[in-house]
Amino acid sequence: MRKLLLLLTVVTVGLVFIARLFYLQVYNNKSYSLLDDNAIRKVYDYPKRGYVYDRNGKLLVANQPSYDVMIIPREVEPLDTLEFCSLLKITKEDFKKTFAKSKNYSPRLPSVFVPQLSKTDYAVLQEKMRKFKGFYIQKRFLRDYRTSIGANVLGDIGEVNRRIIEKQPYYKMGDLIGKQGIELSYENTLRGVKGTKFIQKDRFNKNIGPFKEGRYDTLPKPGKDITITIDSALQEYGELLMTNKRGGIVAIDPSNGEILAMVTGPSYNPNLLVGRERNKNFSKLFLDSISKPTFDRGLQAQYPPGSPFKVINALIALQEGVVDTNDKVSCRMGYYYGNRRLTGCHHHKSPVDMNDGIAQSCNAYFVNVYRRIIDNYDDAGNAMNIWANHAKSFGLGDFLNNDLSVGRPGRIPDGDYYDRAYGDNRWGSTYIVSNAIGQGEVEATPIQLANMAAAIGNRGYYYTPHIIKKIEGETIDSKYTTPKYTTIDKRHFEPVVQGMFDVYNKGTAATLRIPGIDICGKTGTAENFVKIDSVKTQLTDHSIFVAFAPKDNPKIAIAVFVENGYWGSRFAGRMASLMIEKYIKGEITRTDMENWILTHSLENEYAKPYSGEPFKINGETTLQVIDKVEKPQNDDLNNSIKIHANRPNPN
Amino acid sequence: MYRENHRGFRFDWITIVLFLLLVGFGWLNILSASHEGEIVSYFDMSQLYGKHLVFIGLTLVLIVIILSLEAKFYERFASIIYITAMLALVGLFIFGKDVNGARSWYGIGSMTIQPSEFAKFATALALAKYMSDLQTNMNTLKDQLRAVAIIIVPAVLILLQNDAGSTLVYASFFFVFYREGLQQIYLIIALSTIILAVLALKFGLIATTIVAAIVLVAIYFFRRKKRVSIVQSVIILLVCVSFSAGVKLFYNHVLQPHQQNRISLWLRLEKDPVLLEKMKKEEAYNLIQSEEAISSGGVFGKGFLQGTRTKGKFVPEQETDYIFSTVGEEWGFLGSTMVVILFMALIIRILYLAESQKSQFSRVYGYGVASVFFIHFTINTGMVMGLIPTVGIPLPFFSYGGSGLWGFTILLFIFVKLDSNKINEW
Repeated sequence: MRKLLLLLTVVTVGLVFIARLFYLQVYNNKSYSLLDDNAIRKVYDYPKRGYVYDRNGKLLVANQPSYDVMIIPREVEPLDTLEFCSLLKITKEDFKKTFAKSKNYSPRLPSVFVPQLSKTDYAVLQEKMRKFKGFYIQKRFLRDYRTSIGANVLGDIGEVNRRIIEKQPYYKMGDLIGKQGIELSYENTLRGVKGTKFIQKDRFNKNIGPFKEGRYDTLPKPGKDITITIDSALQEYGELLMTNKRGGIVAIDPSNGEILAMVTGPSYNPNLLVGRERNKNFSKLFLDSISKPTFDRGLQAQYPPGSPFKVINALIALQEGVVDTNDKVSCRMGYYYGNRRLTGCHHHKSPVDMNDGIAQSCNAYFVNVYRRIIDNYDDAGNAMNIWANHAKSFGLGDFLNNDLSVGRPGRIPDGDYYDRAYGDNRWGSTYIVSNAIGQGEVEATPIQLANMAAAIGNRGYYYTPHIIKKIEGETIDSKYTTPKYTTIDKRHFEPVVQGMFDVYNKGTAATLRIPGIDICGKTGTAENFVKIDSVKTQLTDHSIFVAFAPKDNPKIAIAVFVENGYWGSRFAGRMASLMIEKYIKGEITRTDMENWILTHSLENEYAKPYSGEPFKINGETTLQVIDKVEKPQNDDLNNSIKIHANRPNPN
Repeated sequence: MYRENHRGFRFDWITIVLFLLLVGFGWLNILSASHEGEIVSYFDMSQLYGKHLVFIGLTLVLIVIILSLEAKFYERFASIIYITAMLALVGLFIFGKDVNGARSWYGIGSMTIQPSEFAKFATALALAKYMSDLQTNMNTLKDQLRAVAIIIVPAVLILLQNDAGSTLVYASFFFVFYREGLQQIYLIIALSTIILAVLALKFGLIATTIVAAIVLVAIYFFRRKKRVSIVQSVIILLVCVSFSAGVKLFYNHVLQPHQQNRISLWLRLEKDPVLLEKMKKEEAYNLIQSEEAISSGGVFGKGFLQGTRTKGKFVPEQETDYIFSTVGEEWGFLGSTMVVILFMALIIRILYLAESQKSQFSRVYGYGVASVFFIHFTINTGMVMGLIPTVGIPLPFFSYGGSGLWGFTILLFIFVKLDSNKINEW
């Protein structure tokens, strides 16, 4: 025993040490990465972000250089704070606050100390930077929007937050990333790859030469330029028409699914989200919960589509063989079930066949047709499933799955939906007649309606609507070039298209005709309600219009949605016709119609629910007339706002 | 291993090979830790690795001298060597030179010599001489105290020179005492003091008292034959409690703040995150850097001369006390485990040889050598990998420095010489 004490102790200590080494070097060792080694300084070289062009080759988004003052708190040494602050044009309190914040984020990782210096400030500061240990200047590219339109389309870039850094380690504090629009959905294409230089440093933070002779250094890969499908002239015109209104316009080229215009109202100048004021401006826009400028109404506004949905029911009925185009239905200002009027209708001739049913948008006709579809099957649930399947083949009721950064699925209810709502077999066609006229449970977004119009215009197929036209040196995703077919046979489309054509000829949009263009359309008027002080209150109806033109081989399919615009042809119909004329002819001949739109505002209408006073809606109101909205002087280069950083805050 | 009749090859070659491996590998790591810029020549005397290479060269001369002397010389002159070493330590108070607050060096021109490195083998020799004396009986208190005195003298002198780390080395001679017949009870007392001290600092007096009481009650019931009386147990308990209280007082009032901090960090006593952060910054910078360097080595290491932290000189004093972190970073788990195994092999080999000695002098001396290497290895490596509070002592054969290298070489090779002579003993 006496001989063994030291021996055993030696063996024990040796094993404990080996275990400790195992713990430190093997078990606890996240795989070693140069990027995490704080003995190695990483110097990043940010590449140019890809430019964005519109479909006609017009440059929409370019870059401008910007210089951030970065800080690595651990490496900061006592400095002449007064001089530093005056160079950066910040106060000593700002200095302390920012310093504490970056230290709190990480003492050893760089974070932005003062963002976006102007070129002149940068020049002055660069000379003196050596004096301030722990600070350095990082060059990046900010966006330079050569246009004032399309904020919702183009999106913007902003600093990454910690959550993004944790999920995607490519990004470091202070890096910029696409936040909305195409900047978000094509981030990886536009961004390129930043170059990294690895430099060995010592404990005093001095550079002592490139790490391993620069073997691991990488060159920056520039971002790729992209061309988007937007026609900036059409987009601009759409935004002009949408002035003083809220709503969305989506125009699609049915022959390939390219989105020609994607307007949301109200919008904002994309240059607001460039530079030091970005965060302030973004909060202002984002927190505006009344007009919601950051809410893309063309993509995200999910509402009952109203009458345009009737054409889907007509197509389904023809496909299911429950109706003949010549079958007539009489309308007594509504649809009656026994003595009960299930739905009202407006004044028009009676009885109507399919053509007149569409052209006059007769509710009774479509409730009748819809009930025939459902009652054709013994089981209403089964019938609804078949019906929903048809409707969904038009891209309704689900995400379109495209390259836009936001979207909504809409809703097409099926049998299960009502089984859940009412109980198995405890409902029938009369419970759900609202679906016949696009009210009730059916919901869709403007882009879905535009796509539906495209599918009808194509007589039975559509391409997934998308915004990418060309990527430098790449081909676009094949899912945008393969047609998707609806479940309706081609032959059933002709009578429905004819009906939509007659909407313009003799129906609800007869006053909106554009000379020389055969437009097929469908008006819609959707009731809507809000809660004011927890009282459900009806507001003026939404004005909806869906169209495509020309009638054969259509070049444009469009959906317009104007909040509280009252009946379909009043605002949405006029705007759709003007957009079609603008796109096909390039100029406007119906200036009377354009004048009307530009001189009428809905702002009064929107203010009503917030006025706190009782108000009238629909026909009992008068429309606000304003001075004609002028087309903004779009000198594109002057329009882009150059960053003027380092201007002390006015307050 | 032993070839009679051929003087030159009776040495234990296993020990010598282990020694050469450690010194050689040590030098590679000093090269890595100390070089700045391009390595022009390995003999570049302006660089530490160049100097150390010269020290190694001189070491070889030293070895030849040690091995060529008569084995009996060391036994006969043990007292004189010891007294000379003690005088050298005393002389420091008059002629010594302060480096980093410790008065441990003689300065001769640009050279410095650290006598405490040489006091170790002198003490081991003197202890061996005393214990192997026929008149010495290690079972008697008087002789035990005399033996302790041999150790206490250099320990106190070195402590007075403010080199607490080197003082600790002398505690390792406890293993020698125990081997040579120190009563069992001292081992129990030694272990108990360590456990009590840690318990008192970490969990406080009340918890320590409860633990001590439970252990004593257990002993009372399990040792039926030679039962200690209740009065005795209570007295032991009181001693334990007052010892614990003493440890607390010592910690709070005698230790210097930096020593308190080291212990506090080791036992994780500080709970306030702000103070802890401050403490880490002040006291644990080396430790954190060294642990990070070791961890970053991974399984295979970054390769010789490729350690980024070593290159950037992130670990202060890396070529001396923190040399093991270079091994960890550049040679990884495999390399550092190798070093641990080499040290274990060396110590176990010495122990094996010591047990096989016929002369008690050689055996005691061999035990002393093993104990000194063991404590140096344990404290240094344990500290660098964060298992033991920071104590500044070098890693034998690895750390840069002439005095240290020579001190350890003499310590080891006197034993190699003694061992080679065992054939002549009877």
